[in-house]
Amino acid sequence: MTLVQILFLLFGLVTLLASLMVVTSPKLVHAAFWLILALAGVAALFILLEATFLAVVQVVVYIGAIAILIIFAVMLTRRVMHDTGPQVNRSWWVALLVSLVLFGGLVLMLAQVPALAGTPAPLMVDQETLLEDLGRALVDADRYVLPFELASVLLMASMIGAIFVARPPSGSEERSGER
Amino acid sequence: MIPLSWYLILAAAIFCIGVYGVLARRNAVAILMSIELMLNAVNINLVAFWRYMSPGVISGQAFAVMVFAVAASEAAVGLALIISIYRRRFTVAAEEIDMLKW
Repeated sequence: MTLVQILFLLFGLVTLLASLMVVTSPKLVHAAFWLILALAGVAALFILLEATFLAVVQVVVYIGAIAILIIFAVMLTRRVMHDTGPQVNRSWWVALLVSLVLFGGLVLMLAQVPALAGTPAPLMVDQETLLEDLGRALVDADRYVLPFELASVLLMASMIGAIFVARPPSGSEERSGER
Repeated sequence: MIPLSWYLILAAAIFCIGVYGVLARRNAVAILMSIELMLNAVNINLVAFWRYMSPGVISGQAFAVMVFAVAASEAAVGLALIISIYRRRFTVAAEEIDMLKW
């Protein structure tokens, strides 16, 4: 077993345990912190896969933005579900069964694909060339400029929508008094 | 080196953990967290297939970037919806948000 394999097992185990804690932790704030650990583990896996730019983006976008956003939402809504009481619904065993069956099916399917045991060819180009190629591919009219622009439109639309949806309703004082 | 199947099995495990979280958790914020886990599993698959199958073509990384953008917008809209529902109904439990159910 080589050093890279040991590193993979280490990071994979950390990611897996953190993901398990995300879905089982009774306290939501703790679940958010475990989510940060899981996202960091995925970033480490990206580095093992030699996608260093994506690892940086993972840290900046996921840990820096999305996880913080989730922690904000947890803080803003925490009075209602006081970290006590059941955190799972009545049919949690159905969910467990579904996910276990799905995992078993996926592993069985993977076991039948023959070409998965091979090791990759070493990268022919260095990271700078790779990053330049990614940047060019995203703005090249023959490659991914359309999905890229679509993603930017989607981001802007969702930002405007989020502001519109999260705005306090007009006359919220009467409504909250009425309840 | 690491076989590709290790990455795929790890990603499948994380995805299934996310599926369990989405189906079983009561808190809407926890459901969103599980969705983020599932999107991350997909990203691992995309990058692993890029590295092992077609390292000369950058499309795997480009699609992973798209998944990042979609995940960011999904988190923003989802959390805005949760905060809006919390303001009006004082709950974030998924089974109590049933105005559209009949």
